[in-house]
Amino acid sequence: MEPKSCSGDGNPSRNLHPSKPLMAANFLRCLSRIQQTATNSSVGSRSRRIRRAAYASMAYSAGHRRAWSWALLRKLRCRRVRPVILPRRPRIARPQVVIEIDRAEVLRKLVPGGTGMDYCRLLEETADYIRCLATQVRLMQTVTDSISS
Amino acid sequence: MSSSRITDEQINDLLTKLQAVLPEAHLRSTDRVSAAKVLQDTCNYIRSLHREVDDLSERLSELLANNDINSAQAAIIRSLLR
Repeated sequence: MEPKSCSGDGNPSRNLHPSKPLMAANFLRCLSRIQQTATNSSVGSRSRRIRRAAYASMAYSAGHRRAWSWALLRKLRCRRVRPVILPRRPRIARPQVVIEIDRAEVLRKLVPGGTGMDYCRLLEETADYIRCLATQVRLMQTVTDSISS
Repeated sequence: MSSSRITDEQINDLLTKLQAVLPEAHLRSTDRVSAAKVLQDTCNYIRSLHREVDDLSERLSELLANNDINSAQAAIIRSLLR
C-alpha cells in the first residue's frame, strides 16, 4: 500500500484539492447508485459508469470556478448544471514563444477545455486539474482498499 | 493580467507553480524552470492519472459485484478522514 505522503513533499495534504470531503461524498453516492442499478450489468459496463462518475463528481466539486470543470460537465452533459455566464478574461495575444506554444498543444488536448484558453490560463487550469485528478485517484484507491480488505 | 504583454517572469512563475503539483516536486529547484521539461512531465503525469482512473474504475466494478458498498461505507469514511 503506497504511503500517504506519496506527493513526495512529506506533507500529504499539500497537493490535495480543498474539496476532498465533497468529492468523496459525491463519488460514494454515485457508487451506491451504480451498485443498485447495475447489478446485472457486465463488469465493463459498470466500469464505464464508475469512470464517468469519477470525472463527474470531480467536476461537480470544482463547480463553475474552473474552466476545466465547466468543460467536463458540459461534455458529460450533466443536466443539473445551471448555465452560468463565466467571467471572461480579455483575450491576450499569444506571445511569440514558439517552442512552448507547440508543446502546449499536446497539453491542451489533455486538459478539459484546454483548446479555448490562452497560454497563461492553460497553465493555471492545468495545475488545478492535476490537483483535483490526483485527489480523485487517491480517493478511488482508498475506497478500493477499504472494500477489498 | 491587465498588461497586454505577458512577461517571461509571469510565465516562469506559472510554470513553477505547475511543477509544484507534479510528483517529486521537492527534488527540483525553484529557479528558472525549463518550460519544455515541465510541459512534457505534466503531459506524462496527466496521462498516467487518466490511466489510473481507468484501472481503478475497473477494479471497483469487480469489487462492487461481490461487496455491498453501503456496508463498507463506514470503513471507507474512516479511512478518508484519517
